[in-house]
Amino acid sequence: MNDLRDLYEEVILDHNRNPRNYPRRPEKTNCTAHGFNPICGDEFFVHLHVDDGVIRDIGFDGAGCAISTASASLMTEALKGKPVADAERMFGEVHHLLTEERQVGKPGEFLGKLTVLTGVKEYPMRVKCATLAWHTMKAALHDDATTVTTE
Amino acid sequence: MSPVPDLAARRAGSPFDVTRVRAEFPILEQTINDRPLVYLDSGATSQKPRRVIDAIRRYYETDNANVHRGLHALSERATNDYEGARDTVRAFLNAADRREIVFVRGATEGLNLVAQSWARPRLRPGDEIVVTTMEHHSNIVPWQLVCRQTGARLRVAPIHDSGELDMEAFSKLVNERTRIVAVAHVSNALGTINPVREIIATAHDAGAIAVLDGAQAAAHGAVDVRALGCDFYVLSSHKCYGPTGMGVLYGRTELLEEAEPYQGGGDMIRTVSFEESTWNDLPYKFEAGTPNIAGTVGLGAAIEFMSDLGMDAIAAHEHEILEYATEVLGELEGVRIIGTASAKAGIVSFVVDGVHPHDVGTIVDQHGVAVRAGHHCAMPLMRRFKVPATTRASLAVYNTRADIDALIAGLRKVKEIFDR
Repeated sequence: MNDLRDLYEEVILDHNRNPRNYPRRPEKTNCTAHGFNPICGDEFFVHLHVDDGVIRDIGFDGAGCAISTASASLMTEALKGKPVADAERMFGEVHHLLTEERQVGKPGEFLGKLTVLTGVKEYPMRVKCATLAWHTMKAALHDDATTVTTE
Repeated sequence: MSPVPDLAARRAGSPFDVTRVRAEFPILEQTINDRPLVYLDSGATSQKPRRVIDAIRRYYETDNANVHRGLHALSERATNDYEGARDTVRAFLNAADRREIVFVRGATEGLNLVAQSWARPRLRPGDEIVVTTMEHHSNIVPWQLVCRQTGARLRVAPIHDSGELDMEAFSKLVNERTRIVAVAHVSNALGTINPVREIIATAHDAGAIAVLDGAQAAAHGAVDVRALGCDFYVLSSHKCYGPTGMGVLYGRTELLEEAEPYQGGGDMIRTVSFEESTWNDLPYKFEAGTPNIAGTVGLGAAIEFMSDLGMDAIAAHEHEILEYATEVLGELEGVRIIGTASAKAGIVSFVVDGVHPHDVGTIVDQHGVAVRAGHHCAMPLMRRFKVPATTRASLAVYNTRADIDALIAGLRKVKEIFDR
């Protein structure tokens, strides 16, 4: 039996209870995308203010389960003030962390706090929850107007 | 289905030996996450008793052939198996005639068939179809499609906070423009048993036909289509202890006669020429192509399983477990039951304060408890109750009070994790 505490880490519960940058659409938002998992019902909008290749501000709104909400909240915290290139790299590393059996090297150097999402990997049905905000953020950066889904 | 099983049956406790019933379900013998499987998701699909599994295996091992075609022994046996199941279903629903029993893929296909074959050629702009807020998507979308095709209009009867249909509003909504009233016999997300006799009478008074979605009803109490007086009734085999991919549409002969074929192909025709084809008799007009023969054999065995226990006994047993579940869930702090109608079948939907149903689902699954978490294919209903989703425990003959206790233990774990 998996230990539920690996999934529902203290940090995840905290970000679920008090999501950061939520519900918030930064004033100078110039990139927005919509993420929706119709089977689950989880639905978020991710808003970014990108200027000169840097994410100056980020916020999100919508509703979802603890995993999707915490992942979105952690994401906004991690990306604020970061170059877009870092966001792309972080997207790749989070995706790898959640979906790949083998980890190359030690995760965490670059991801920092985001490594709390590692526990989700043991619950394959919930990976789509953790990745929803990330895919939505990526769509926003790429000015993709179609609704994102990870189901 | 009687709204509430009589009190005598309830006082007597379970009307059959649940241990023996459970022993008929091989799947229940396993453990999940090192705990005995507790299956509380029969509203999604019920488990299958050994005799259903055996009937399907026996069919493939001894009788398999195409029906209504060959002159050989196997084809004759397969045809007898297939048509025998039709007789079993006719008796189960107390339909007047076996020609009124159409085999389809499931309740969904049955509703689509009514919408496309009966309604589509008849509806005119300005005609109305009445459904309720508590419908499953499969009793909404087929009507939306036919409205788009014909210019008819979909009207929605509201419900009370208890999850009961607002009969006053419903009666006002049904008028001379109403052609079809399509209502769930039992709500899949709330468990509400609708007052279908009154609904049907209201429809008929207005000159409309009444279509009942029996997907959540047929396995949980006796259904008598003639006593109800409904025009169409649909059910899904897989929610009635039978196999998936199999369902039944009951339709009154007169209505099935005037309906257009649903699909074209073999078996549904009498003659075919390039100029014109003519249709086969009922019910074959609606059964194009090689049917799901093994599915009908399995459904026949499933109906025999339910009939052996007795539909009233099944209703009484599930009612007893439902009452227990309602009581103990109600005692849990922070748990709110969605759907508190006075007449309910074995479904209890609930939300836990501050915890999303998917998190509830994952945590109780770690306790070996299978429940459904989601919108239950009833998005308009979720919006009505202002919740994104609920957790739903749904009952069947094999459930016990111990199953509910396991759910409660799982829910205590949910609170332990989320309250820390």
